[in-house]
Amino acid sequence: MKNAFIGSAIERREDLRFLRGRGEYVDDLKPDGLLYAVILRSSVAHGRIVSIDVSAALKIPGVHAVITAKDMPGGAPIVPMRLQPLPEFKPFEQPVIAHDKVRYVGEPLAVVIADSVAIGEDALEAIEIQIESLPAVADWHVAKRDQNLLFEGPGTNRSLTFNAVRGDADAAFVNAPYVRRETFRTGRHYGLTMEPRGVMAQWDAAKGLLTVSGAAKVPFFNRRILAKQIGLPEDSIEMIENDVGGGFGARGEFYPEDFLIPFAARQLNRPVKWIEDRRENLMAMNHAREAEVDVELACERDGTILALRGHAHVDMGAYMRTNGAVGARNIAQFMAGPYRIPNVKLDVSLWMTNKTPVGTYRGPGRFETDFFRERLLDLVAQDLGIDRVEFRRKNLVARSEMPYQIATISPYLHEDEYDSGDYQATLDRCLKEIGWSEKAKLAGRLIDGHYHGIAVGCFIEGGGAGPKETARLEINDDGSISVYIGSSAVGQGVETVFAQIAADALEIPLDRIRWVHHGSTTYVSDGYGAYHSRSVVMGGSALLDAANNFKAALSEEAAKRLGCDASEITIDEDKVSGAGKSLPLAAFAGLTREGAFLNKKHTYSYGAQAAHVAVDAKIGKVDILDYVVVQDAGRIINPLTLRGQVIGSLVQGLGGAFLENLVYDEQGQLLTGSLADYLLPTASDFPRLRAIVMDEHPSPINPLGAKGAGEGGMVGAGGVIANAVANALQSFNPDLRELPLTPTRVWEMTQKKA
Amino acid sequence: MKLPPLEYACPASLSEAVALLAAGGGDARAIAGGQSLMPMLAFRVVAPTLLVDLRKPPELKEIRISADGVRLGAMVRWRDIEDDARLAAAHPLLKAAVEHVAHYQIRNRGTVGGSIAHADPAAEMPGICVTCDAEIAVIGSAGSRVIRADDFFVGALTTALEHDEIITEIRLPAWPANRRWGFREFSRRRGDFAMAAAALFYDQDAGGSAVNAHVGVIGLGDRSRRLPEVEAALNSQVIDEALIERAAEITSATVDAQEDIHASAAYRRSLAGTMVERALRSAAA
Repeated sequence: MKNAFIGSAIERREDLRFLRGRGEYVDDLKPDGLLYAVILRSSVAHGRIVSIDVSAALKIPGVHAVITAKDMPGGAPIVPMRLQPLPEFKPFEQPVIAHDKVRYVGEPLAVVIADSVAIGEDALEAIEIQIESLPAVADWHVAKRDQNLLFEGPGTNRSLTFNAVRGDADAAFVNAPYVRRETFRTGRHYGLTMEPRGVMAQWDAAKGLLTVSGAAKVPFFNRRILAKQIGLPEDSIEMIENDVGGGFGARGEFYPEDFLIPFAARQLNRPVKWIEDRRENLMAMNHAREAEVDVELACERDGTILALRGHAHVDMGAYMRTNGAVGARNIAQFMAGPYRIPNVKLDVSLWMTNKTPVGTYRGPGRFETDFFRERLLDLVAQDLGIDRVEFRRKNLVARSEMPYQIATISPYLHEDEYDSGDYQATLDRCLKEIGWSEKAKLAGRLIDGHYHGIAVGCFIEGGGAGPKETARLEINDDGSISVYIGSSAVGQGVETVFAQIAADALEIPLDRIRWVHHGSTTYVSDGYGAYHSRSVVMGGSALLDAANNFKAALSEEAAKRLGCDASEITIDEDKVSGAGKSLPLAAFAGLTREGAFLNKKHTYSYGAQAAHVAVDAKIGKVDILDYVVVQDAGRIINPLTLRGQVIGSLVQGLGGAFLENLVYDEQGQLLTGSLADYLLPTASDFPRLRAIVMDEHPSPINPLGAKGAGEGGMVGAGGVIANAVANALQSFNPDLRELPLTPTRVWEMTQKKA
Repeated sequence: MKLPPLEYACPASLSEAVALLAAGGGDARAIAGGQSLMPMLAFRVVAPTLLVDLRKPPELKEIRISADGVRLGAMVRWRDIEDDARLAAAHPLLKAAVEHVAHYQIRNRGTVGGSIAHADPAAEMPGICVTCDAEIAVIGSAGSRVIRADDFFVGALTTALEHDEIITEIRLPAWPANRRWGFREFSRRRGDFAMAAAALFYDQDAGGSAVNAHVGVIGLGDRSRRLPEVEAALNSQVIDEALIERAAEITSATVDAQEDIHASAAYRRSLAGTMVERALRSAAA
């Protein structure tokens, strides 16, 4: 049979489990003898630890241990960088527990192990701690003075400056007929998952086996870190991925707790579980986004872009964490976006501050940099008197220019190119869907007390990071097939799409793919997980390789048993046939083959977004009347799940554009310490969003032709919303250079008439 | 975010509840719907040694409507107000305000007594009480007393209640059938506490002029307040567009507003004016 599950809108198979309350999250695990960990976190942003006295806490009935840095032989291990592990970052990496200084509110100081979380929290109040406060470095403006240092060793608060270069921007600016220079800022956000983080560790002393549940995103890499830190061989640690309530780049990276909990379990020889509460989550999970840029664009008078030049500054928080540099480098490398900008010179400085450390958050760096660029493009188009759509059209990279070389980033030298696509086509489709020519007539008009505005922007989304992914297929006892894969499930629907890919590759009905096992280190020889929208590209391609190996092995085995040549073997539903005879697949139970896909290139899905907003200027409220995202994902595995990804990421982007902001005061205290103050979009906030997905231009760099597409909705949202609001309020000549667009900011724009 | 250690009691009668609170000194707290107190306990910003649950005494649960007005038992839940069809005529302003209280899960449990005892400056019910000259009936060791709403709310999260006193009833004066009223609120998301809200009403004399104007603002300063300057501007006047705009200006000029992480003080003052303006416009429509 010839299948066509790939490309079909198949409902998510994992949803049956979740909707019936049958998901199993790490907090659902309650082995016998379980103890609970609660973490004492610094309430001081910057200070020197004088003493930690745990004696009173230890006397509380039900408290089993209180662990501090002193209990760690050889000192507190360091959490290493996973991506861009440059030597320059080494001095800024985080110890798993503070021992000499505290550098942010929320940094772990002690771990209480108790019979219950409530007893553990009682014990926290009994720990006596003395910290000598130091002046807080509250933002990058303070950091750059280098008066108060987070780290004395390197002698500076700047951990690095990335440079992105293409052509010769300085030369291009010298004779440019038009130049515009602006500064822009984005707020501080984080990838808030519905399920906070959690770790449950069990030490089997007899087997010498450490089992760590609650792993997510990159279990294999995290196992390597933990093995080194805790002094065990990698194969003495199993990382188990349970159901996960959201990833967004933040969940599943290696955090201090990923050492502290296994360490406690091994010390006490009891299962130990830690579940992050929401207050901790806000101050302990990676932050993201806060950046400022001083940027200038050089153009011909006809709108041909000549060069882009500038310097961005990213507020990194207190430590360089596993993937903390990604957002900053992306700001530089992708500021040009889908546009043909022959000369680029962008520096991005990474500043250490007394805030929660940053990491990747869906569309890392891209949300920020797309806001900077798209806002600048609208300002320039207005200056030059050019239609903003034509301005974009004129400068989009053309299909004929693919693959298109983009700015090269250094250090950690990275050259990259856009793989394929027709950027004009998605822009055209987006304009058509939103009804641009009709809506353009509304721009700036006041109707029923609301100013109407529209905007359009173009984006690219990188995906498919290598180096490798591994997949394995196995025949179950009942003749059904199990998929085992190194990709991780963080809510993307990978169980469904991998089943589709496997069923097509094996040419069997979808329901014959019984299980899709993902993430855990026990399933395949080597896995790389879920980040950079890589699961379908890398895992899916590995699955194709596994299917080829599997079919070859099955054909060979069947040929032996059926007495024919392997080339005569056919696989059909639940049986294998050849030479006029057949055997049930169940007869081959246990047959298994692995496959892998190796890749150094990236996929670039792309598209355009347009919004129609209505602004109630007197109260600073913005209603989205229509929002369209058109995204080309190369080859669509499942349009239903893809549209869900686009809408979901768009809503998060709108959260960043309007609502979300982690606010600190000058002493480094987090003022948004609950979800009453860190405002997430809710179901009623953005009801009118549309996603149109296309697959006109497959990626040439993987056998599926697929491209990562889980982040694009978010990438464009800030810029498009900013431009739509500015368009609506054009009669006020608004000064719009900062997100989020809070009611106060929107209102203020209407108070200053030019 | 687990509760600190505490005892729990669920007395069957008000007198028992009062006795428990009195015996506990300042360390016992009454709990009604728990929608504010439970998060505060989980954050350990309050740590009473005893919680006295008020869910059993039957006299706290009734909504009574008579010629004298509306009497809400302290344990009446938002959902009870939403479901009571009589209130659409008996107190439409109350009904409109309650639509803005939090989310339905919270409205299913939260109570009117709990809300005013908590006295959040941005909560709707204290604003309705102040605007409507409500009386708050309470009972304590020293007996029963009735407190005027304006005296009841002392400041942010602070009331005139003694530690052993329990709110029994909120008394809203009678609502004439032809009364003009308006309620407008703006919050950053649906269900959030108000950035600012306006609750107002007035009656009309034979010539169509406003009399008995009551204008209250919510979410500004340390508690809900009436705006006497705005009321004075409205009384004895026919309310037209020019007067509505004038009322908004007076509001913005007179309200007390503070900057916080969600809004600047200038914005809040302007917003209060706009809320009064829009509430007046809907009242006049």
